Amino acid sequence: MAHLITGLIFLPILGALFVGALPRLLARAVALGCSFMTALLAGAMWYHFDASAVGLQMVQRHVWIPAIGAQGLLGADGLSLLLVLLTSLVFPFAFFAGRMSRGFYVLMLVMQAALYGTFTAQNFILWFLFYEMSLIPAFLLIKVWGGEKRDRAATKFFLYTFLGSVAMLLSFLGIYFVRGTFDFAELTALGKGGLLTGNLRWFAFAGIFLGLAVKVPLFPFHTWLPDAYEAAPTGTAMVLTGILSKMGVYGFIRLLLPLFPNEIRIVGPWLLGLAVCSIVFASLAAWAQSDLKRMVAYLSVNHLGYCMLGLFAITATSTAPVAEVQAALSGVFLQIFNHGLTAAALFYFVGLLEERRGTRGLNDFGGLMQRTPLLCGWMSVAMFSSLGLPGLNGFVGEFLIFKGSFALAAGYTALAVLGLLITAIVFLRAMQFLFSGPLAESCATFPDLRLDEKWVVVPVALLMFAVGIFPQFILNLFNSTVVQMTRLLG
Amino acid sequence: MLGVVIANSLLLLFVCWELVGLASYLLIGFWIHRPSAAAAAKKAFITTRIGDIGFFLAILWLYGRSGTLLFYDGGNGALEKAGLVSLGASATFVALLIFCGAVGKSGQFPLHVWLPDAMEGPTPVSALIHAATMVAAGVFLVARVYPIFSSGAINGVTAPLTVVVWIGVVTALISALIALAQADIKRILAYSTVSQLGLMMVSLGVGGVAAGIMHLLAHGFFKALLFLGSGSIIHGCHEEQDIRRMGGLRGLMPVTFLTYAIGMMALSGVPLFFSGAWTKEEILHATSLWSPSRVPHYLMLAGVVLTALYMTRQMVYVFFGERRAAAQHAHESPPVMTGPLVVLAFCAIIFSVVLTPAWPWLHDYLSGERAHYDLSQLIQPGLYLALALVALGIGLGVLFYRGSGASDPLEHAQPALFRFLANRMWLDEFYDGTILLFARFAARLSDFLDRYFWDGLVRLFAGIGQLFAGLTKSFDERAINAGVNDATGAARGLGRVLSGWQSGQVQTYLSAIALGMLALLLFYAWLT
Repeated sequence: MAHLITGLIFLPILGALFVGALPRLLARAVALGCSFMTALLAGAMWYHFDASAVGLQMVQRHVWIPAIGAQGLLGADGLSLLLVLLTSLVFPFAFFAGRMSRGFYVLMLVMQAALYGTFTAQNFILWFLFYEMSLIPAFLLIKVWGGEKRDRAATKFFLYTFLGSVAMLLSFLGIYFVRGTFDFAELTALGKGGLLTGNLRWFAFAGIFLGLAVKVPLFPFHTWLPDAYEAAPTGTAMVLTGILSKMGVYGFIRLLLPLFPNEIRIVGPWLLGLAVCSIVFASLAAWAQSDLKRMVAYLSVNHLGYCMLGLFAITATSTAPVAEVQAALSGVFLQIFNHGLTAAALFYFVGLLEERRGTRGLNDFGGLMQRTPLLCGWMSVAMFSSLGLPGLNGFVGEFLIFKGSFALAAGYTALAVLGLLITAIVFLRAMQFLFSGPLAESCATFPDLRLDEKWVVVPVALLMFAVGIFPQFILNLFNSTVVQMTRLLG
Repeated sequence: MLGVVIANSLLLLFVCWELVGLASYLLIGFWIHRPSAAAAAKKAFITTRIGDIGFFLAILWLYGRSGTLLFYDGGNGALEKAGLVSLGASATFVALLIFCGAVGKSGQFPLHVWLPDAMEGPTPVSALIHAATMVAAGVFLVARVYPIFSSGAINGVTAPLTVVVWIGVVTALISALIALAQADIKRILAYSTVSQLGLMMVSLGVGGVAAGIMHLLAHGFFKALLFLGSGSIIHGCHEEQDIRRMGGLRGLMPVTFLTYAIGMMALSGVPLFFSGAWTKEEILHATSLWSPSRVPHYLMLAGVVLTALYMTRQMVYVFFGERRAAAQHAHESPPVMTGPLVVLAFCAIIFSVVLTPAWPWLHDYLSGERAHYDLSQLIQPGLYLALALVALGIGLGVLFYRGSGASDPLEHAQPALFRFLANRMWLDEFYDGTILLFARFAARLSDFLDRYFWDGLVRLFAGIGQLFAGLTKSFDERAINAGVNDATGAARGLGRVLSGWQSGQVQTYLSAIALGMLALLLFYAWLT
């Protein structure tokens, strides 16, 4: 079973080669076929995963470059598996969004491989390799297939993220020179007693924090995001928000929290403040947008802010009750999944509207409910899921996060709850503009959801209901990982 | 809504509560082509959500303190003794936060503004939402978690309950006054609903839980009756909703008239045979016993008069007097519309038997006592008082509005006051001008800061990088590269000069040798 992960990483690369070698017309079909096969592999991984076991599973360890401590170490725990499943879910979904040229699919598949690698690598060098490997296709995808202002957006995205990566790399080099290992598990074990001493620990902490905060992004390092998401083609935007942003959150959980538990506790209140700012200011900014894609992009920052709130709340107090920490962590994990699903769906719907109308301003539409009831109805499901309506997936994760973090950092959480209100305003405003009122002339010839679109939309929406009503099947995935991490952090 | 009622967990209740809100949002916005319906739906959802934020925080707080959200769990529930003890002093805050949710949902002041706008929905929706389900949920919630509200009560009085009383009083009076100056038949009923909900809140606050809930039930019947009746009137008058354009419909729509009259009397609280009377009287009785202050009691008495007054006003305008524009071609509605009216009217009367204090089984069921049969309970001093007040209200109404035609006597007497009430005390405008303006400004500001300040910082960093790159470049070109250039240039010049000497011409070489020889000879001569 150990080779499942290797297969997951290499299959998309093989697919990329095939897409490149086969005729243009087959590109999308091959890419889709490939992503379905990876989805099957991910399903097999889920099947063979022992949810009750503690620690890494399906571990593969290969000697790679011993001189610099690089090791081919792959493995998965509940968190990795969750993200692998999410990746396998979002990629086929993204391939359905619009027909693009061959190079697009090649790059997307390379990015998919890199993401699988990022979520399963357990050695820093390998992890960093994959982390950067996902960045370059994303840059090219925005730069070549993007909309207006794509050059600027792509450059900003790349340089900003890359700057963060460099800072992170330097920090890890510092750690390596002192501790002599890049292995996550070994570093985690050292973290509790203080990984580094003196000023070096703060430099290392700041470097890693910067790299991850830019990636998530956390306020005020988020300004590359609206530009990049706005410029990115729909499929890429779905992957960017659905999965690439999760790399940052994943990094926080896998690296910063376990490696620097003491440091993070000292600056905890500031970090909580940043998370609250992310939540409140991003949702307010979303309110002021008239471009749908930019609006959804800002709400993405807002939703990731909830993840950050949960994570920082855990570390806010040294004597946190176990139940609350577990609730917050489970909430964060679930929110990772939910946001990936819902935000990708929202971008997909915005893409559908843009495809029909040619533009995507709020004022360009009106009265769509009369013309395209199915499109509006299913889009509303995604919107309500995103604003946290009970019964849909968004609520469960947010409730758990708030439940945990309220007990740990009540004041910050009470402020953050404002985000729930503003998000509701943003979405209801959008619905008012798009769906109701008299039918806009420019929308009078819109087709409703086509059959192929229905086949995409309905399963995704049903999954939202499923997670909203029976979240247990997702929670079970990472329950023991949460317990283990709680013990680690407590 | 059924979920809200049977939930034994605050979380489940909240889930259903939000779903009720969703359903109401969708129903109010039912006429999707109407921009006003969309605006009203949005307003309803967001206004109630403001309250829900408080409710949500209450849930978090309660959960954090008592570790459970179950109401009753064999002694460990949040509403049972152990749960309340663990809640301790924070019970006050939890109760107030829960009340925020109830204020939003049940249209209490200051979040009542969504409810009259919600009349944009179809009339059956108004009947459903404003009579039986959604707005009742808030009152039900307060009654449901009453142990938290009354936790640590001295003499039945706690801080949260006092807040409930005063909010209820303000709501009941303000909305009854506003109802007096409205012209839209459904809006009058909407404000009447707000007013009655305020009354229920007062009842809960002063300790009359059973009375409040009984009024909720009675109100459900007669308000649904009134709303459906108004729908029948609107339908009969060809979608006209302005009561000033109706009149004299009594003869044209007899069934609607009779049932509406029953509803009106039940709402006004005409004693003995109409359900509203008993519960109202009981609420008044409860307020009179409230120890901190007698003011709510007197204000509620005034509320009873006002209720009778605005309902009489409506009756007179719609059913009596001359037939004005919209009433010219009015017709009775088909049986499918009048049928439910008759059934509900029957219920409004029959329910008075259920509620009668002579055999108060429902009251005692709600308050957990044993029912007993006592006919003498029927005749009490309170009854006379209620009768007098209702008679006063109706009498005044008839006196004022009879023969007033399309114009409003209050408008003549007090134009400023009337305008103030007709414009709903300018509360919507006030919110637009303050809270909404501020929120919109905050949104614009966030966007602006993002685009120019935070992104400006990023660009500043990028600029510094570029500046540094430019400096390096010019240093490279001007200093380092220039030196290298000079050196190579000098070498090349030297080469050129030297290569000039290597001309390959024998004459030049020979003359050079000759010159050298000459120089040597001169040098030698000089030495010797």
